Amino acid sequence: MAEEFQLTQEMKDAIGVESEPHTVELDKTAVRMFARAVGYTDPVFYDEAEAKRRGFRSLPAPPGYLGTPIFNPRATAPGVGDQQGGRRFSNPFKRVLNGGTEIEYVGDICAGDALTVRSKIADLKPARGSLGQMLITTNESTYHNQDGKLVAIMRGTIINY
Amino acid sequence: MVTTAANKVYFEDVQEGQEIPKLVKNPSTQQLVQWAAGSGDFYQIHYDPEFAKATGLTGIIVHGALKHAFLGQMLWDWVAPSGGRIKKFGVSYRGMDYPAQEMTCRGVITRKYQEDGENLVDLDIWTENPQGQKTTPGTATVILPSR
Repeated sequence: MAEEFQLTQEMKDAIGVESEPHTVELDKTAVRMFARAVGYTDPVFYDEAEAKRRGFRSLPAPPGYLGTPIFNPRATAPGVGDQQGGRRFSNPFKRVLNGGTEIEYVGDICAGDALTVRSKIADLKPARGSLGQMLITTNESTYHNQDGKLVAIMRGTIINY
Repeated sequence: MVTTAANKVYFEDVQEGQEIPKLVKNPSTQQLVQWAAGSGDFYQIHYDPEFAKATGLTGIIVHGALKHAFLGQMLWDWVAPSGGRIKKFGVSYRGMDYPAQEMTCRGVITRKYQEDGENLVDLDIWTENPQGQKTTPGTATVILPSR
């Protein structure tokens, strides 16, 4: 892409449009898998009796884990890596990198919870860096639990180049 | 002063400028596959060297979100024994990290304050590669209990 890249009207129109809500689930097996993948040795993520002794309803979600999308090959609900707001736009870039992650916890999240996720593109901007011309997308997702309480906000940055 | 992870950390014990216990990681390719399954991120640049090279990378790279989670573990292991918790933690993925290399997670307290009845501690957090470069810089806020 030789010329300077600019946002298309289609891209500008996608900013701020909230997605249809979708549900992610947390169960004990998924919490253990996540904790094991990170390398936790704290028994609170593996042993429910220990978790309860320490005041959690069940195994707590390890930092960074906000549930697993419900996979269904016959459904079109968004999955991991596909949570980019409520509107699609044509993207001239072929390659993608994760630019950053921020999670703000508002309430506790434990195995057994089901969270409703709503996502939107908070910001889109062109940039130029070591990878050449880039499109920087900031996504913001809110997570409400089964009682309707806001429990987490995630902001993610995606770099297309 | 560097406390040990076995200590229970209370708000009164910490001060601005203090470094928290570091967490040293050395993710194997097996751990990246475990992470793919645990996180649901199956992008091939994290386990298929040929695919990674075809996208212009020198080889497979560690998932950004795994580095975020490593820093989350450093914070958790520091605050959880005393019943503290993480309020916020965020990072930017500035540099690639590769499997089978040491990665050191570090944090330094930048601010200690009370707000809305909570004892809050802000930190700069980051991962460091074997060359000492900060590949994943960010910030965090944790809540610590009082003695």
